Amino acid sequence: MADKKLPSTFANMVIVLTLVSVISALALAFTYSVTKDAIAQVGVKRTLKALQDVLPEFNNDPVKEKYTLEDPEFKDIELYPARKDDQLVGTAVQTFSDNGFGGRIVLMVGFDAVARIRNISVLNQTETPGLGNKMTEPKFKDQFNGKDPSAFKMKVRKDGGEVDAISAATISSRAFCDAADRAYRALLNGGRK
Amino acid sequence: MNLFKELYRGLIKENPTLVLLLGMCPTLAVSNQAINGIGMGIAATFVLVGSNVVISLLKNVTPDKVRIPIFIVVIACFVTIVDLSMNAYTPDLHATLGIFIPLIVVNCIILGRAEAYASKNGVLASLVDGIVMGIGFTCGLTVLGCIRELLGNGSIFGHRLVAENASTILVFILPPGAFIALGYLIAVVNRSLKKKTS
Amino acid sequence: MEYLSLIIGAVLVNNVVLVQFLGICPFLGVSTKVQTAMGMAIAVVFVMALATTVTFLLHYNVLVPLKIEFLQTLLFILVIAALVQMVELILKKVSQPLYQALGVYLPLITTNCAILGIAVLVIRKNFTLLQSVAYAVGIAVGFGFALLLFAGIRERMELYDIPEAMKGAPIALVTAGLMSLAFMGFAGMIK
Repeated sequence: MADKKLPSTFANMVIVLTLVSVISALALAFTYSVTKDAIAQVGVKRTLKALQDVLPEFNNDPVKEKYTLEDPEFKDIELYPARKDDQLVGTAVQTFSDNGFGGRIVLMVGFDAVARIRNISVLNQTETPGLGNKMTEPKFKDQFNGKDPSAFKMKVRKDGGEVDAISAATISSRAFCDAADRAYRALLNGGRK
Repeated sequence: MNLFKELYRGLIKENPTLVLLLGMCPTLAVSNQAINGIGMGIAATFVLVGSNVVISLLKNVTPDKVRIPIFIVVIACFVTIVDLSMNAYTPDLHATLGIFIPLIVVNCIILGRAEAYASKNGVLASLVDGIVMGIGFTCGLTVLGCIRELLGNGSIFGHRLVAENASTILVFILPPGAFIALGYLIAVVNRSLKKKTS
Repeated sequence: MEYLSLIIGAVLVNNVVLVQFLGICPFLGVSTKVQTAMGMAIAVVFVMALATTVTFLLHYNVLVPLKIEFLQTLLFILVIAALVQMVELILKKVSQPLYQALGVYLPLITTNCAILGIAVLVIRKNFTLLQSVAYAVGIAVGFGFALLLFAGIRERMELYDIPEAMKGAPIALVTAGLMSLAFMGFAGMIK
């Protein structure tokens, strides 16, 4: 077998390596074009699902009316107004915290028309399985539902707030509160359009 | 070629994870749940089979001095295909495995098989080698994933096996538990293999 | 201050080997002697900082403008492999003693998944160039730190009577597990 091998001359090496690279790049470009739409859809679908989970019933298109705030403090935060028959019934705020244990946590926090939290959906988190990722379970996240953040202190009890932290995952719980609190501040600072 | 014998080789005698100790990083990192172990195993198997076949096809036109770069390009190509497809069709698993999908590129199992096997053997043999080694890797990961999930979370594949409020040994789904569980698992395999040969 | 906490976080809290599971192969492979561990550690710090800088610049100046981010893995691994080769050649020409000290570790580094891992990670984390370099240095120092500690422990372990089946990799892994447990204690240090 080895006797048939192409000798390692400079020209051979360059030609083979270039050919292999070009073919690989073409194969990838093809795969990319096939999967591109599906990948874009993943994010959209996730957002839509979260909006339906956290907002009261609406009949406008919150994604189309999405807006952002100019204040640098609220960079990367997106607000989705929900209307029913042109009446604002709530706003969903896509918020985040970088204080998590495993990286950025992205939440969708739904507020009703009087800025009470209606429901929260976890869009993205990479917290430790079995610990921090319990934030996706109702037991933890549903304690925010129906709360008015102006009266409900969104901090874990250890920090003087009213949120029951996930046991053994204070950092993740804090990050969750941080994200939810940022959503509320963003809403007060320019939301509810 | 005896298929059964090949399978025994990949699964037990030369199990990439438990005997050859290759590809440790993904093994430790994604084995906190059984399902992640399977997902990672299948992704790596696909890359392994694909690269093994292509590399054995190319073996006669591969100049010796640039073989490693060529292997790397071929492997990286398959890894990206897996990465994109998983992102499109299994987004949740893609998010959990995260950075370890692109890192399949540097998984020593794959480059190791390319160098030691596919570049010297025929297409069919390389295909079989890719499949059995992939199965071995997947099984190693899944077994470790089951052990860690059971001890750490009281469940297997997400099915709870202990009472809702029973306390579990949390440390096993945390990083230290990965090292410790794998250490003991390898010790058990070592011992049983030794018994067999003596 | 921001960079300080980034570096401390990378060295101790998110230790690359013990918490993020990158670079396990060299961690287990070259940790039997403190001296070789030292050589490896220095080589990794150097290559990691260099590779992260180069791949960062390539990503934002080539891949993004051309909208071919999907070639990231392919390009990064090739660049890292080429860089390692280049460093080896330059070292050989410029400084013979340095080459003799680090040369043997360089080829091993290409397959160190920590290098590619961090290069990809800083892009995913949306770091700036300066943050990326600080993070890469922190991670590499953390790798070296863990490697040296581990090598020290393993040198001592030579003297003990270990059950047959636990010899080699198993006892090394369990030791690493205990170290990882100890490193978890740093989690409360920042934030």
